[in-house]
Formats: sequence, structure tokens, C-alpha cells
Amino acid sequence: MPAVSMTVNGKAVSADVDPRTLLVEYLREHLRLTGTHVGCDTSQCGCCVVHIDGIAVKSCTTLAMQVEGAEIVTIEGLAEEDGTLHPMQAAFREHHGLQCGFCTPGMIMTAVDMVRRKGNKLDEQTIRHELDGNICRCTGYHNIVKAIAAGAEAMGPDAGSKKQAAA
Amino acid sequence: MYAFTFHRPTTVRQAANMLAKNEDAKLLAGGHTLIPTMKQRLAAPPQLVDLSKVEGLSGIELKGRSVVIGATTRHIEVANSELVREHIPALAGLAGVIGDPAVRHRGTLGGSVANNDPTADYPAGCLALGATIITNKRRIVADEFFTGLFETALEPGEIIVKISFPIPKKAGYEKFRNQASRYALVGVFVARRPSEVRVAVTGSGGNGVFRLTAFEEALKKRFSPKAIEGLTVPAEGLSSDIHGSAEYRAHLIGVIARRAVANANG
Repeated sequence: MPAVSMTVNGKAVSADVDPRTLLVEYLREHLRLTGTHVGCDTSQCGCCVVHIDGIAVKSCTTLAMQVEGAEIVTIEGLAEEDGTLHPMQAAFREHHGLQCGFCTPGMIMTAVDMVRRKGNKLDEQTIRHELDGNICRCTGYHNIVKAIAAGAEAMGPDAGSKKQAAA
Repeated sequence: MYAFTFHRPTTVRQAANMLAKNEDAKLLAGGHTLIPTMKQRLAAPPQLVDLSKVEGLSGIELKGRSVVIGATTRHIEVANSELVREHIPALAGLAGVIGDPAVRHRGTLGGSVANNDPTADYPAGCLALGATIITNKRRIVADEFFTGLFETALEPGEIIVKISFPIPKKAGYEKFRNQASRYALVGVFVARRPSEVRVAVTGSGGNGVFRLTAFEEALKKRFSPKAIEGLTVPAEGLSSDIHGSAEYRAHLIGVIARRAVANANG
């Protein structure tokens, strides 16, 4: 089996994998990082969103072999080492931006990417538009939208890319 | 997914040699069509030739009166490109409504065009703008490139390197999208060029992307939504599925075409 190497949440990892291994399978089953979810497995629902070199991508539609040498950040990599939540995570808790929680990792990774691309002053229309590729079956999105606006604000004007740059 | 071997060439020549040696091998760019297709076992290439490490296939430049875009340039890069937004804003707009943000971060121009999905956006842009598809072997005009459902003029061992889009006087794209797949139920790209008007329709053709010559002639006389108000499109030959009948699509093409012209007139 061919070898693949990458950095996941700041840590260098490598493994011999079947070329069919999806990035999400590699994260969940090889590295046991089960925060990244598989919802639809057809690139529609967004539960599997992770950051590849700082950019939000659906890891169910990416082969592990395709990200050779890349820097991956998953939901597990957002909080501080001491457990302090990332401002976007804290905002989801504060604003009750989840019910069952299944879509939440993808929502938060998408939201952080949204701030990177659109800045930290996000209006409701922008947030709803940008959530095009993330499906929630519980909340009706209302509190997710509120959480993202508040989380973006809390990240500060230039905090969007800090986490990725550090990783 | 069926098993495959994974190859990572670093030059177009190496990639082309791999394709030439392995008849059923497939190129992998962003993978956002090929990987889902392989998951469904609708494709089972024994070899995947990954283009991500091939130099020189990505980028956007102005060459004379054309915008030239590398094959592995991602949708998000076309959507955000200052150069594309200045010279062919309708093309940047088209790239910005493909899939969703995460999909646009991976999907590529060359991948979309080579796949020629009958509901994809880029084939309409290429055909209406009179683009030229430049491969490792030759130049193919869009009119001769898209030959049928998921069929193109590409030969075995041929790889799209870049696509040249002549800058139109005006252009507009409008898409009525399928809410679930985000592909076009009907998409119409209208381009007013110095010598002609071209109207290309995606999402509806039983044989893939096609031009609407009656609309083109009417718009050549007067480039306004009013010029095509009375025109209808025959349902015959249009695709019909659970998302919409051929009659529904025929009606929608007229509506969407008028909106596309209005977009072009800004």
C-alpha cells in the first residue's frame, strides 16, 4: 500500500493506506479523530468539512492520497491546548447553535473559513448564503446563523486566518 | 469504490504517457465529480493519475483579447479573480454559483469541461463565449469540443492544459438550479461578441450543452430581453426527469434566457 504523509492539527502523521481511503476515513478510522462526521457521503451535507491548507473542503470527497504534504485542521484542532474553546465554538454553545450536534463540526469549520474569506462582520444574508453546502436537520438554522455572526465578531478583525497560519 | 492504483506525475508529458499506456486510466483534478462517481461504482478506473503536483496547469492570465485559464484552476479562483471579474464578469459569476463554497474550493475548470456533464455550468460558458480548449496536442474550438452526454472531442492520452476565452462585448449567465444537487436545471449563457451573439443552454439538452440559433439571430438585431420575448423552444429533444419535464424545461429556457440577457445588459 502506498504511503501518505500530512500534518493534522499541527502533528505530522503518515501511514500506508489503500488508495481508496477517503480523507474523512483516514481522519476517523486511522487517527481516531471522530469529530469530523460523515453525513451524506455525497458532498452535499457538509458534516465532513475540514481545512486543507486553511481552506474548507469536504473530506468525504477527497482522497487521503490527494492531500500529501498538506496541513489539515479538524474540529479537534480548533480549541486551545488547555481546552478553551475557539470563539466560534463558544458562540455555538452560547447561542444554542445546535441540537443533535451531528452537523456542528462541519458548521463550525465552514464558519471559520467564512470569516477567513468574508471578514468578521457577517450579515445574516451572507451567512445564510455561505451555508449553502451545510445541512442541519434540527435547528432550522436560525441559531446557527446567530452563532456564526457572534463567533465571527468574537474572532476579531484579523483573527480569521490566525489559527491556520499557526498550524 | 473499486480498487485502483494512484499515480502522481509532475509533468503533463508524464501524465499523458500514463494515460496512453493505460487505456482506462482517469485523470484526477479536484475529484469532485470523479470521486462521487467512483463511490457509486459508475466509474471504476484501474489507475488514477493525480494532476495536483503537475506544474503549470493552474493560473489566470490576459493574452491579447482573451482570458486564458489553466485547467486545474479552481472554481473559487475564477470566481474571485480580479482579471476575470474585470474582463468577463459573467464567467466569474458562473464559477461563483457552481456547487457550494467547499466544492468551489476543490473543483476545477478542466475537470468540469472534460467531464461535460449535461447539467454542468462551464460547458455553457465555453460554448457561448466561443472558447478554445487547448490540450497537450492541439487547440479545439468549443463548437467542436462538446460532442454529447459526458462526451468530448478529447482523444486517449489527451489532456486539457488551458482554456482561452475571447473577451466579449457583453455577457450574462443565469441559472435555475436544482436545489439538491446544485447543478443547473436550466442554465443559459449569453455572449455578445463583435461579430455575433451566442446563446448556450446547459442542464436541459438531451445531448448535452447546445446553442439556440433562433435566439441568437433575434438578439443580434436587438440585444434586449424584449427581442426574445415571443420566442419559444421546442420540448422535443430536451431531457425529462423527476426534476422537470421537457415541456417545463422548454418554458424555463425562455425565461432564463431573458434573465441572462438582462444580466448582460447589467
